[in-house]
Amino acid sequence: MNAPFVGQPVPRAEDVRFLTGRARYVDDIRPEGALHAVIARSPYGHARLLGVNKASIEGLPGIVGVIAADDIAHLPAEIPIRLAPLEGFQRFLQRPLASDRVRFVGEAVALIVATSRHAAEDALEQLEVEYEPLPAVVTYDAAREGAELLFPEAGTNVATRYSASMGDADAAFARADLVIERHMTAHRHTALPLETRGLIAHEEADGILRCWGATKVTQWNRRALAVMLGRPEHSMDLIEVDVGGGFGAKGEFYPEDFLIPFAALRFGAPVKWIEDRREHLLTTNHSREMEATVAIAFARDGTMLGMRAKVSADMGAYVRTNGGVVPAKAAQFLPGPYRMKDVALDVEALLTNKTPVGTLRGPGRYEAHFFRERLIDLAAEELGLDPAEIRRRNLLRPEDMPWSIGHLVPYEPPSAVDSSDVPAAFDAVTDAIGYEELRWEVRKPQPDGRLHGIGLACFVESSGAGPSETARVELREDGGLRVISGVSTQGQGHQTVLSQIAADAFDGGVPPSEIELLNGTASLIEGGFGTYHSRAVVVGGSAIHLAARSLRAKLLRVAAARLQLRAEDLVLAEGHLRREGSVQKLAALAEVRGWMREAGETPDATETFKPDGRTYTCGAHAAHVAVDTETGQVEVLRYIASEDVGRAINPLMVHGQAIGAAVQGIGAVFLDELVYDENGQLLTGSLADYLVATSSCFPNIESITLENSPSTLNPLGAKGAGEGGVVACAAAIANAIADALRPLGVEINHLPLGPDRLLRLIPEKPAP
Amino acid sequence: MKAPPFAYAAPASIEGALALLAAHEDAKVLAGGQSLMPALNLRLAAPSVLVDINAIPELSEVSITPAGLRLGALVRHSRIGTNSAIAGAVPLLGLAYPHIAHGPVRTRGTIGGSLAHADPSAEWPAVCLASDAVMEVRGPGGGRDVPAEEFSLGIFTTAIEPGELLVAIRFPAWPASRRAGFAEVARRDGDFAMVGAAVTVDLGADGTCTDARIVLFGASSRPVRRREAEARLRGQVPGAALLREAASLAAQGIDPPSDLHASAEYRRRVAPVMVRRALADALSLPEARLAS
Repeated sequence: MNAPFVGQPVPRAEDVRFLTGRARYVDDIRPEGALHAVIARSPYGHARLLGVNKASIEGLPGIVGVIAADDIAHLPAEIPIRLAPLEGFQRFLQRPLASDRVRFVGEAVALIVATSRHAAEDALEQLEVEYEPLPAVVTYDAAREGAELLFPEAGTNVATRYSASMGDADAAFARADLVIERHMTAHRHTALPLETRGLIAHEEADGILRCWGATKVTQWNRRALAVMLGRPEHSMDLIEVDVGGGFGAKGEFYPEDFLIPFAALRFGAPVKWIEDRREHLLTTNHSREMEATVAIAFARDGTMLGMRAKVSADMGAYVRTNGGVVPAKAAQFLPGPYRMKDVALDVEALLTNKTPVGTLRGPGRYEAHFFRERLIDLAAEELGLDPAEIRRRNLLRPEDMPWSIGHLVPYEPPSAVDSSDVPAAFDAVTDAIGYEELRWEVRKPQPDGRLHGIGLACFVESSGAGPSETARVELREDGGLRVISGVSTQGQGHQTVLSQIAADAFDGGVPPSEIELLNGTASLIEGGFGTYHSRAVVVGGSAIHLAARSLRAKLLRVAAARLQLRAEDLVLAEGHLRREGSVQKLAALAEVRGWMREAGETPDATETFKPDGRTYTCGAHAAHVAVDTETGQVEVLRYIASEDVGRAINPLMVHGQAIGAAVQGIGAVFLDELVYDENGQLLTGSLADYLVATSSCFPNIESITLENSPSTLNPLGAKGAGEGGVVACAAAIANAIADALRPLGVEINHLPLGPDRLLRLIPEKPAP
Repeated sequence: MKAPPFAYAAPASIEGALALLAAHEDAKVLAGGQSLMPALNLRLAAPSVLVDINAIPELSEVSITPAGLRLGALVRHSRIGTNSAIAGAVPLLGLAYPHIAHGPVRTRGTIGGSLAHADPSAEWPAVCLASDAVMEVRGPGGGRDVPAEEFSLGIFTTAIEPGELLVAIRFPAWPASRRAGFAEVARRDGDFAMVGAAVTVDLGADGTCTDARIVLFGASSRPVRRREAEARLRGQVPGAALLREAASLAAQGIDPPSDLHASAEYRRRVAPVMVRRALADALSLPEARLAS
């Protein structure tokens, strides 16, 4: 098969539009006569909601109406769980508006609809809402103890607990020469897309309720909305326009995804709501807050024998659409890319009076890899082994594949790492950073007076979740292709990469520039499951590949009959049909399209791709840092991340994904942090307090894309490529800082590592 | 994040602005808007009238004379940092500038706005204090000069009385023998400092320190001179050991605030480091920059 486009660094077709201000985001849509909604939100972390006095803003200028819990009480409006429905979770679902109790600061209690956003915000200041504050639950211990309950009727703040294991951890620990055990924590932070969430809903003259601003999982969300509103799915559409970043948080079904369509129906006009940044920080899913006690059993030669861990995730106040993904995936990925067969895990999910959690790029992995990789470095130190050497002795090898990772996730079948060359990915970063020399260099006194350190971390990462994806490819009248896919796009560049796939499946006969992509909107095609778990290219791309191959076969069959030639002798090139070995063009594809019509064939093909399992990538990160022991400031001098992505459809974009992910992951080590006080008050409600990495923070990041282990689970050989850059950042940076501070006896077990936190760990020298 | 209702006026003269301020007790002055506009949009401020002074040309005037530098209150950060004559006249301005925010803030934000806002972590108030600057304040009864030392009174509080307007900042001529240093720690480049120091040291022909200004900022409710530390330098030929001593004197007795980004303990610990590094840079003593 001719494959001129896959594997090429094709520049992103969408960038011209994005960079010249011609993208169309949800806020760019300004329907005539649109009403504007703002949401009254709880100022308390935990309180009885005694009443919303709608009359208090009646008659204010521009006010159209107020919606409170009593207006939706008749609807089955619990927001359902989409993923990871662990036992017990059903008791803790969120309704779009609080009725008798608020459980986190920012929880919606009423929706105000007005003729302008200004008028709505003016009224918001006047709306009387009566609360009776309750003690807030903000710590793991308080949640477990349950002296104060978020859901008294449930009798517990423990949303779920389970144990999972593979092999015999007790036996492994019994024969250990060394056990390293630590209590460790990862900190709460969240996705910070440039574009916040936003929605416009309107029941148009044709009776269809259309909602613009949807993304990620629009078909699932439409089904959920249909149930909640009690109207048929086909009477509504969720429309995806350009999206300015998602990172896992945007596009889940949030209270507003119900409230804005509901308001549009109630007031019979378009209703628009754009999340402001404070709302984003208060209400969009948080992630990563977790504590764990992890123990690894080692033999004297550094062999990792087994692992025991207790993982507790702070879920916030409700179980939202992502269910237990965060704790369950943290537990699943704790063993990492190592030959360790004996593992015992206890997992719990705790409710607190904080914003509910969901997925954030590399959910659970970021935390798990941090916990484990720190312990490996501590073991290396105890055993007198080099941190690189102890890892090499334990890494999964190509001959171990497929490597069973057992049945560690209760809601999933047993799984296995499909293919991977972890040692090659590890060597790639140690070679690139010059590990063998650098590990000695960093020990020497530095001219800048700072302490230098080097840190390593390895990871395994899953991608390409099923169940399936469907695509249709159409031959357009002008001879170009139209690709219709159920995956959605938050800015990743799918127009470019999915066109490359379609172009190659069409033997390169139509260039990517002549291929249009329609995707995201719920009504475009049936059987679309959206974009998460790095599945758009792996699963969605494979469906497009199959559909384009199918259309190609159909087209050649028709053409062969028409021309009285054998289909095998025909080739597609430059928008034309040619005979193999000849430069003479037999017909333009536009003409062949006519032949198909005449032959009674539609010029399109639809195929569904259903993967047999998930694809697993692996890789390693290496960090060289300098720590200013007088200020606690850390400079990342060099950072290298490798990932074996199976097959890089577009190396330029894989590179960009890796660099961006690393900036996000390293930034979270030092900057991003959602801080709550003892009353459940969020103290980091603006970008003056919630700090995020900017483009100038970490300029020295390199990425290495490897293609040693093409997936055998899809026709492209592809694996996810958007999350490997983030998942090992906390691990590698923490190891590097710990290495730098080793002369001072400092251990790093907790995130984040901002200057204040780090300086506290560094013993103060007496004043001269 | 929409501002509450307010009236807007853009007078063309200082007199016009003062008349508006006199007429509306809760009026707010809009200069570069880099603090006021977010405060309005977050509804942390709700003035009845915004008096936009951007249409008053004389507030943007810069003059450099043998007597020193005079900056109109509306001079933008970027002009200070990119005009070599300004940084040449008061070198400390040039040293502090790279720490101030980012391009978009620098092109809009003004020195007068920063001084009038009086964030204790801001750079310009510390620079003014270390440079013996004088603030020219105009009110209904005429003008008055307020020395930098008496200008910043506390968090977001200055000597500007209701009805008054900061119109210019005067810096005395910079002696040829004066050296300057500036150091701060911030969470990211361009963020407000957690703690920092601005220093000047005057050296005699024999290398003896004849005078010094040591200002800590971010370490209390306003930038503060550390006179004991300054006195320790006077009459001495500064070396690394003396700088360490002066630095630790400078941080003695401070009672810094705690916030999300830095605890009081952090500020207390890092304050002397900033003083030492600023002095080391001022005096070109790189060995004094390093931890002992």
